[in-house]
Amino acid sequence: MNGSDEIILRVRRFDGTREWWQSYQIGLTGVTSVLDLLNKVREEKDHTLAFRQSCHMGTCGSCGMVINGKPRLACQTNISELDAGVVNVEPMHNSPVIKDLVVGLDSLIENHKKVKPYIIRGKKEEIFYAPREFEVTQEGTTQFLQFDYCIMCNLCISACPTVTIDPLFLGPQALGQAFRYLADPRDEGWAERLELVDDDHGIWRCHFAGACSYVCPKDVDPAKAIQLMKKELLKKRLLIRRGKKGAEITEPLQPHFTEEKLTAAPPLDFKRGD
Amino acid sequence: MTEVMDFDVVIVGSGLAGLRAALQIMKNDEGKLGIRVAIISKLYLMRSHSVSAEGGTSAVLYPEEGDSMELYAWDTIKGSDFLADQDVVWRFVNLATDEIRLLERIGLPWNRRKDGKIEQRWFGGLSFPRATYAQDKSGFFMMRALYDTLLQYDNWERFDEYFVTSMVIEGGKFKGFTAIELKTGKMVFFKGKAGIIATGGNGQLWRITATASSTTGDGYGIAYMAGLPLEDMEFVQFHPTGLVPKGLLITEAARGEGGYLINAEGERFMKRYAPSKMELAPRDIVSRAEMMEIAQGRAATDKVSGLAHLWIDLRHLGKEKIEKKLPMIRELGLKNLGIDLAEAPLPVRPTAHYTMGGIRTDIDGKVLNDGHGSVDGLWAAGESACVSVHGSNRLGSNSTIECLVYGAIVGDGIYKYLEQHRDKDTALPKERVDSEENRIFNGILGKESGGEDVYQIKNELKDTMESNVHVYRTEEGLRTALVKIQELKKRYRNIRVDDHRPTLNYNLQHALELGFMLEQAEVVTMGAYLRKESRGAHARLDYKVRDDQHWLVHSLAWYTPEGPQFKYIPVNITMWKPVARVY
Ligand SMILES: Cc1cc2nc3c(=O)[nH]c(=O)nc-3n(C[C@H](O)[C@H](O)[C@H](O)COP(=O)(O)OP(=O)(O)OC[C@H]3O[C@@H](n4cnc5c(N)ncnc54)[C@H](O)[C@@H]3O)c2cc1C
Ligand code: SF4
Ligand code: FES
Repeated sequence: MNGSDEIILRVRRFDGTREWWQSYQIGLTGVTSVLDLLNKVREEKDHTLAFRQSCHMGTCGSCGMVINGKPRLACQTNISELDAGVVNVEPMHNSPVIKDLVVGLDSLIENHKKVKPYIIRGKKEEIFYAPREFEVTQEGTTQFLQFDYCIMCNLCISACPTVTIDPLFLGPQALGQAFRYLADPRDEGWAERLELVDDDHGIWRCHFAGACSYVCPKDVDPAKAIQLMKKELLKKRLLIRRGKKGAEITEPLQPHFTEEKLTAAPPLDFKRGD
Repeated sequence: MTEVMDFDVVIVGSGLAGLRAALQIMKNDEGKLGIRVAIISKLYLMRSHSVSAEGGTSAVLYPEEGDSMELYAWDTIKGSDFLADQDVVWRFVNLATDEIRLLERIGLPWNRRKDGKIEQRWFGGLSFPRATYAQDKSGFFMMRALYDTLLQYDNWERFDEYFVTSMVIEGGKFKGFTAIELKTGKMVFFKGKAGIIATGGNGQLWRITATASSTTGDGYGIAYMAGLPLEDMEFVQFHPTGLVPKGLLITEAARGEGGYLINAEGERFMKRYAPSKMELAPRDIVSRAEMMEIAQGRAATDKVSGLAHLWIDLRHLGKEKIEKKLPMIRELGLKNLGIDLAEAPLPVRPTAHYTMGGIRTDIDGKVLNDGHGSVDGLWAAGESACVSVHGSNRLGSNSTIECLVYGAIVGDGIYKYLEQHRDKDTALPKERVDSEENRIFNGILGKESGGEDVYQIKNELKDTMESNVHVYRTEEGLRTALVKIQELKKRYRNIRVDDHRPTLNYNLQHALELGFMLEQAEVVTMGAYLRKESRGAHARLDYKVRDDQHWLVHSLAWYTPEGPQFKYIPVNITMWKPVARVY
């Protein structure tokens, strides 16, 4: 595709009461991604067009939308790979539309919070007052790393058929994150987190459509996380496993971050032989 | 009528600095004072620009292996071209270690060595490999860990997508921030006993930039318009490896892991500029070298954009190493140019990246109003602050750690302050809030027709900065830029917003950001015009050498309606007197 080509962008718009499709014809000079295209339209044709963006490198999670039928990040979707003369963009499904391509994310934020997405320790003080890092190997890290890539873009939620029929469903994002912390060798919240997801609107609601993993731009694979978590839950129910001891720090706790730790500064023209 | 939100602490900005400060306050309090904190961001909290940080964050972790605080301090100070305040650097390097470990304990997946210790790698200007990293997504994982950890505390409230428009200071005391709730378009006043500005940098002033579209330096504008000085704003870091054409970042870790920079003749040109450090010289030196290669005709040209560029070559590292240590930049090359850097070099050139200057603070992160006095109840941290750790050139991997160290210092400072300020201040600066509401809703939004276009002015500004206020500067270029900026400022007074709906009015937000950008551009350019020497990121073709006799000073700029007023203050030299900077 060369720079002088034109393309038609169709946007499903919403202004609080009215919903409509609007078309813009625009040149492709300087445009790589769908996000570039949206910016060009907003700057040159229509200052009222609303969409979110920030990083332009697929890592902030702002620009999720439905592009030619598939939930995707606009900044990571190149016009050339769409292979179509028309680009159709719509707001993500399963979330309330606020304006044009912008949807409300309250349930994403709340569900994520519900699964206690942080390291839980029997001794909470260790987090702030341990003198060094936990004893974890690179292999230990690998157990949760893939699930730690989640940028909270909401695309899996947009794609999930279960969220459509059960708005109270925790959803693939939150379940994936429950497993991320569950699988962390430092975490000791195994039992309490499993209890949280063991619910009618929790893990058993998922009937493994797999759409979440298919659309996830970061290969988090929430469907796999959910399957692995079901296994853990069975172990818990069958009393095969009762809890989990996290990685250790054997040294005594110390005050974190005190100025007394500051060594005296070297004097002026201190020699260091560079 | 403006709604009032009343908090003990109001934090503007939820990047690494803002979130780290919040965590320190939560950790100190644990219910003792019942401190209530508001965290405000114009984006969703977890989407702050810090998520983009790639390559690593420095600290001395295992001194028994040869690193030391002195070495880290020396690298930072030499890297700064001796403009860093050395007392600040000493404190900073000493407190960095605990931060890396704390982040590990709250969940960060730092890369590990075979023996289970945290792995570290080389970065430019270091004399020991001390950049700690989690693949090439270090900033993302740091943000995740902090954001997630904060979710276990309930004495803070989140204000996603609120745009702060101004700050109220009365009688030398911080009172609060005015903000627009983007979802409704309503104005809100965030009243606080203490405030933190942690709004990040201003890379969006340039056409080619590695920074997020939200990086418009609003905090600089907010502080400057409130009458506070900005320090060292002429020092802007251009990162040597921005992917052509847009400037997206290829992390310095690519060179840290052994990548080469080559010119159109296939030559590793850094041998001419930094024979001992080669590609791992600090960024100011590598960016200058690249611009020299371009000027002397040894660069390649990008067919589509027409931009001159050099190449970064990683082929000799092998696929496996690239996949393990630099997966994101490989994806970046593939997505944007269809080039796999395991098989071919990528086209790069300097890209606007980091703001060394900022809101002037003391060694504790308290915001200063003039020579000595501080604003009661106001702090700044992270890229928006100038403490100054980085002087005229920041070392790669030193920013994210500054956000953590200073976030924590500021969190501690505020906690102590609140222990002593338990009283309730009920007065409301009603007049100030009303006039801000009037400025925006009647002044800017009220204009029905005619007027200047937001994006037109923004694009002219970016082009001016890109051509004239870049790696190399000249008196003539800077004068041209100043004239242009003044013209744009004049046109801005007649700015027009086309979107008249209150809900998510991005057009209005962009207009307000543009107002801040124009003021900052003037300070950067005027500062560069006045500084008649070359130091760190400020390289003048007409004043080629560093001049310690006249210019070993920080610049301070104040707002006046006629343009910025400048004053200069000495650098704190406590450990090492400046010497020639050779790599
Ligand atoms: C591509 C890239 C890679 C980098 N890699 C590294 C690296 O490897 N190592 C390193 O040390 N450094 C790196 N840096 C630099 C580092 O990422 C930044 O300096 C640092 O993250 C800044 O953090 P911060 O907390 O100061 O601000 P930011 O993370 O920029 O956050 C600013 C916050 O302020 C909010 N805000 C701004 N204006 C307003 C307003 N008007 N109203 C309300 N909210 C507002 C924003 O929404 C956001 O929440 C990199 C930078 C870039 C561009
Ligand atoms: S799991 Fe994937 S699709 Fe879902 S929010 Fe996270 S990054 Fe987005
Ligand atoms: S703009 Fe950040 S993910 Fe697309």
